[in-house]
Amino acid sequence: MPLLKFRLEKTGAPLWFRGLIPPITLALTFLLTSGLIIWGKANPFEAYYYFLIDPLSGRVSFLEVLVKSTPLILTGMAVTVAFVAGYYNIGAEGQLYAGALAAAWLGTVLGGVSTPVAILLMVLGGFVAGMLWALIPALLRVYMNVDEVVTTLLTNSIILFIISAILNGPWRDPQSGWPQSPEIAESTRLPQLAARSRLHFGFVLALIAVAMVWFILTRTSFGLKLRAVGLGREGARFAGIHVERSMLLAALISGGIAGIAGYVEVAGIQYHLIGELSPGYGYTGIIIATMGGLTALGAAASALFFGLVETGAQTVSRALGVPVYLGEVTQATMLLVILGMFILQRYRIRRA
Amino acid sequence: MVVALFIATLTAATLRVATPILLAAIGETFSERAGVLNLGIEGIMFFGAFVSFFVADLTNSLWTGLLIAVVIGCLLGVLMAFFTVTLGVNQHVSGLGITLLASGLALFAFRLNYGGRATPPSIPPFEQLTPLANIPILSTILNQYLLTYIVFLVIVPISWWVMYRTSFGLKVRAVGENPEAADAAGINVFRIRYIVLAVGGGLMAMGGAFLSLAQLGAFTHGIIAGRGWVAIALVIFGNWNPSKVMLGSLIFGGAYALQLRLQAMGLQLPIPYETFLALPYIVTIIALVIAGRKASYPAALLKPYHRE
Repeated sequence: MPLLKFRLEKTGAPLWFRGLIPPITLALTFLLTSGLIIWGKANPFEAYYYFLIDPLSGRVSFLEVLVKSTPLILTGMAVTVAFVAGYYNIGAEGQLYAGALAAAWLGTVLGGVSTPVAILLMVLGGFVAGMLWALIPALLRVYMNVDEVVTTLLTNSIILFIISAILNGPWRDPQSGWPQSPEIAESTRLPQLAARSRLHFGFVLALIAVAMVWFILTRTSFGLKLRAVGLGREGARFAGIHVERSMLLAALISGGIAGIAGYVEVAGIQYHLIGELSPGYGYTGIIIATMGGLTALGAAASALFFGLVETGAQTVSRALGVPVYLGEVTQATMLLVILGMFILQRYRIRRA
Repeated sequence: MVVALFIATLTAATLRVATPILLAAIGETFSERAGVLNLGIEGIMFFGAFVSFFVADLTNSLWTGLLIAVVIGCLLGVLMAFFTVTLGVNQHVSGLGITLLASGLALFAFRLNYGGRATPPSIPPFEQLTPLANIPILSTILNQYLLTYIVFLVIVPISWWVMYRTSFGLKVRAVGENPEAADAAGINVFRIRYIVLAVGGGLMAMGGAFLSLAQLGAFTHGIIAGRGWVAIALVIFGNWNPSKVMLGSLIFGGAYALQLRLQAMGLQLPIPYETFLALPYIVTIIALVIAGRKASYPAALLKPYHRE
């Protein structure tokens, strides 16, 4: 691309520019969304204060950020594992609901066991359920070459119908008539971590998941194989890696982690299964994994930031009356801006 | 007579259900044929449904609503092109980004403009055309919205003709199969991809607008409900050929219409009605498996083109 006096050279951007990427991303995102805030008849600077600073300034709202980021960390991990292996699992949303379904059932039958045992069994249950829901698209992808993007998107719709059928049928609350499952037993709920806050043990589970995914991806030969498959299937095959098996495992682990996200929302927040359990955590997980550069620690950091954005959007909505969907728009805008930034950091501008 | 009437109503409903999905699927067909998977489809349909409703409500003109929705759909397609063609970033992620952005914007604007109302806002929708109104069975089938006629009788044939009988169609296919060779032959790869993504975005938004302006006369959060994803499946099922994509949309529409009829008849069935709602999605997956064996993806799909 010969510009008049400058040319773009395809080498890494200078280091000082890379350091500037996060602040530029943030500034650009808020510049782009400020029009909406003005349309919502609010002052953008005031809105940004409520959005990003206010939630961190109080104890309760700070803990709420961690509460909001808990399922996001898990779906972020789920998507990271799959995407690293080049398996485009868009189905974390559906797998989350599969895990939630299992947790809601286990929560009603495990009333007699102690809380630690219940946690262990329900983590396992959520994982297996998410894995099973991920199994069909994964098998179709690996052995019959059916595009996993399309099948996981379609299975996301299907599980919502299944949940609706169950909640309007056998599990409909007999007293209120609401389409929600019976409350799970007291002992199967995730313990609270702090008084006067919704923060629960699921946050610890999410951090454990981060540690495990980090370890698997960076410190094991299995993780190395996954990354090799993601970089190029033919090359990986040539290097003697079982490409099919690696992708299948990545898909199943991914589904399992997403299932745990469903479990923590049921056992930590709602205490029963509802149709609106997730406002799209599975899809947000895709943004989070991308922004985290498909690394465990990067995704965890972006999940925490997105927890702040979700909490902040509610604060802005309450304080200034700007619709809460500002949060979704901000997340999507930030994703698109950072995608552009990834490209920019590959170039240098030189005088021709 | 009863059976004939049942089949006629079913056929009519099939065409209606297929219309929005077919519109979007034709848009997606062209995008993918040029090498770009546009997962922005769901969000563009959703935005089209919202904008058309909003503008129609504001101006009291359904046609203005439709027009503006198509224009904005084109712009969203151009945005998608900017990311996937100019910047060459991952098509899955940027497409989902567009979907999330468009859905968020539509919900934001809807809440801002209609938030305080107790009853969901609605507008008088498009009227159906009633040709041959006095021939019993036939009129049942032919009572359709103008857009349905336009899709099946104009857009699909023209799409097929453009794709296989014009030099533009040849260029689109060349760009999606082998962009290096196309470039060497003097085809502007970037321009072709921009054009098809823009036109495709317009068709997707038109599909969304059909739902709000014709079928519902309203805008709801669940108005698209995964129809965009179904459209993407139909493109694969139809092997990237507009006429086969149309066939796929009729199969999906038929399964959906049958489900609607069975619900409307109020039969006491031993299985929950959600089974029928899920059925078209399951049928689509099965169809994908069957078609998948001989699916011939455009060779350059998902691959950004960089001129060295």
